[in-house]
Amino acid sequence: MVPITYYLVLSAILFACGVAGFLIKRNIITIFMSIELMLNAVNLTFVVFAAHWQKLSGHVFVFFVMVVAAAEAAVGLAIIIAIFRTRETLNVDRVNLLKL
Amino acid sequence: MTNVLTFILVAIIKIVITVFVLLTAVAYTVWLERKVVGRMQNRWGPTRVGPFGLLQPLADGLKFILKEDLTPPYVNKPIYILAPMLAVVMALTSIAIIPIGPTLHIGDYATPIQITGVTDANGQSSDIAIGLLIILGVTSIGVYGIALAGWSSNSKYSLLGSLRASAQMVSYEIALGLSLVGVLMITGSFSLRAIVEHQQGLMFGFIPRWNFFYGFQFVAFFIYLMAAFAETNRIPFDLPEAETELVAGYHTEYSAMKFAMFFMAEYANMVTVACLASVMFLGGWSGPVFGPPIVQSLLPVLYFMARIFFFLFLYIWIRGTLPRFRYDQLMGFGWKFLLPLAIANIVITAFVIAWRA
Amino acid sequence: MHLILFIIFAVFCVGGALGLLISKHPINSALSLIVVMVSLAVLYLLLGAEFVAAIQVIVYAGAIMVLFVFTIMLLNAGEEERTKGSRVATALGFPALIIGAATVIYAILAKIGITGSLSLGQFRGTPEAVSDLLFRDFLLPFEVTSVLILIAIMGAVLLARKGSAE
Repeated sequence: MVPITYYLVLSAILFACGVAGFLIKRNIITIFMSIELMLNAVNLTFVVFAAHWQKLSGHVFVFFVMVVAAAEAAVGLAIIIAIFRTRETLNVDRVNLLKL
Repeated sequence: MTNVLTFILVAIIKIVITVFVLLTAVAYTVWLERKVVGRMQNRWGPTRVGPFGLLQPLADGLKFILKEDLTPPYVNKPIYILAPMLAVVMALTSIAIIPIGPTLHIGDYATPIQITGVTDANGQSSDIAIGLLIILGVTSIGVYGIALAGWSSNSKYSLLGSLRASAQMVSYEIALGLSLVGVLMITGSFSLRAIVEHQQGLMFGFIPRWNFFYGFQFVAFFIYLMAAFAETNRIPFDLPEAETELVAGYHTEYSAMKFAMFFMAEYANMVTVACLASVMFLGGWSGPVFGPPIVQSLLPVLYFMARIFFFLFLYIWIRGTLPRFRYDQLMGFGWKFLLPLAIANIVITAFVIAWRA
Repeated sequence: MHLILFIIFAVFCVGGALGLLISKHPINSALSLIVVMVSLAVLYLLLGAEFVAAIQVIVYAGAIMVLFVFTIMLLNAGEEERTKGSRVATALGFPALIIGAATVIYAILAKIGITGSLSLGQFRGTPEAVSDLLFRDFLLPFEVTSVLILIAIMGAVLLARKGSAE
């Protein structure tokens, strides 16, 4: 018997780590991975509430979040590859001007 | 409480037996391959170590243990050590889900011949409701073993070989999964035991109700077979690890025990593919049973082993016969031929099921 | 039993998340994130969401993260450099993380009145039940996501093509 707040606190910690990674890290790919971590934390919250209120819509929503995350990862990584080809760096501090 | 303890004890016994049998099977599959390919090439194969070369795997094992385990100084050590462990663990984990036989009744106690199965009070066995999804998941994680091996070796041949191998495995995973959807639609459950039990019995008195015949999944069977050959990196899809290409691919920088682990992983994957093909398409353990109850429980296991042996022989036979695909032909085959064919199979199966209902 | 398993895998999750933050090389961050995802799959199993756990492993840990790992290997991203901007960000970021997490946790524990416990096996999200919902009530979003994936495939192929520099 695990209280629900334990799961919610874990989800909050993961989300906070995702936000921190997004703000602290300088590598584009690591920033992108922090976004995925945030999405996972939210998925955990959905599944917890689905179990709490015994409704399966939570699971269906998690399914859709995963699909959207997959699509976003594919397009985002393609954009990162395109940026790498022109700027030749993955450090966001160096990609901060519109002109090369 | 004693119920739980008995269950744990029986599970441990099953795990020990399965691991022992599996590792021996892997070692002797290597022997079988060398013998059969040798005979196909009109030569003897191993004959010197023991009668018919039967002790050759023991000699090879001893060699691997005693060889110098050289770790190059420029590799990424944690990932270098993790990669072969990941490959072997994932290859051996899939066996836990596969049902090898029906329920075994020893006196008063009933247990299914499967590591992850339970028997309820009536003697009915059931296993994990998402068994097939777990096997697909474990196969997906197995890609990391190869990708990380090439990366950590810090050498261009290894990296290119591992990226090629991983891209090939990821591409054929899709065709693999989709080819199994037809069987799932016919059975209506992800549980492997339910799929096997759906295929018991005979139709018209002599044709077995396997998914290959009665379920008309022969196209799916061949798609599955081809995708599985690509997943296990075997000929004709073994470009990433052929000796004449890219030195030796992702396991160039590995020596002795870690190299042996990659090979064990490859042959264990072959055994898993054989098990899954016989469970999904060839009726699992179906066959005529007779005799006292203990024989009745163990005879299906023999039939299952016969099917696995047939698939391993098929793997080795094809290895001795076919040349290998070029990489662009390989990827084009997976994406442009197998994937549309698998989807067409799903659509046609759906129509047939709807028409029959 | 449920509590012990929850604590073990929650520790793995948080450890992986902190590993993502602390690692200097992106490949170590990627491996930490894979640990997080697999631990989350086990937590989903504890919550009875077996279909979601399976597709978490197959889709997230087995496909999306493979994509990340491929990109890191192909682009050969080296370790992060310590520039002035990154030092400032780290100095401000970790306290901000702790304050943010503490605020949300306080809000959950004290203000939002959610009580109740979950026990193992009380709720099962079987594939049959989830697909019943997915293909009846949520059919339109399901079809729209298939169009979304098609668009994503086309976009990714177009953006990553060699000739896109022209």
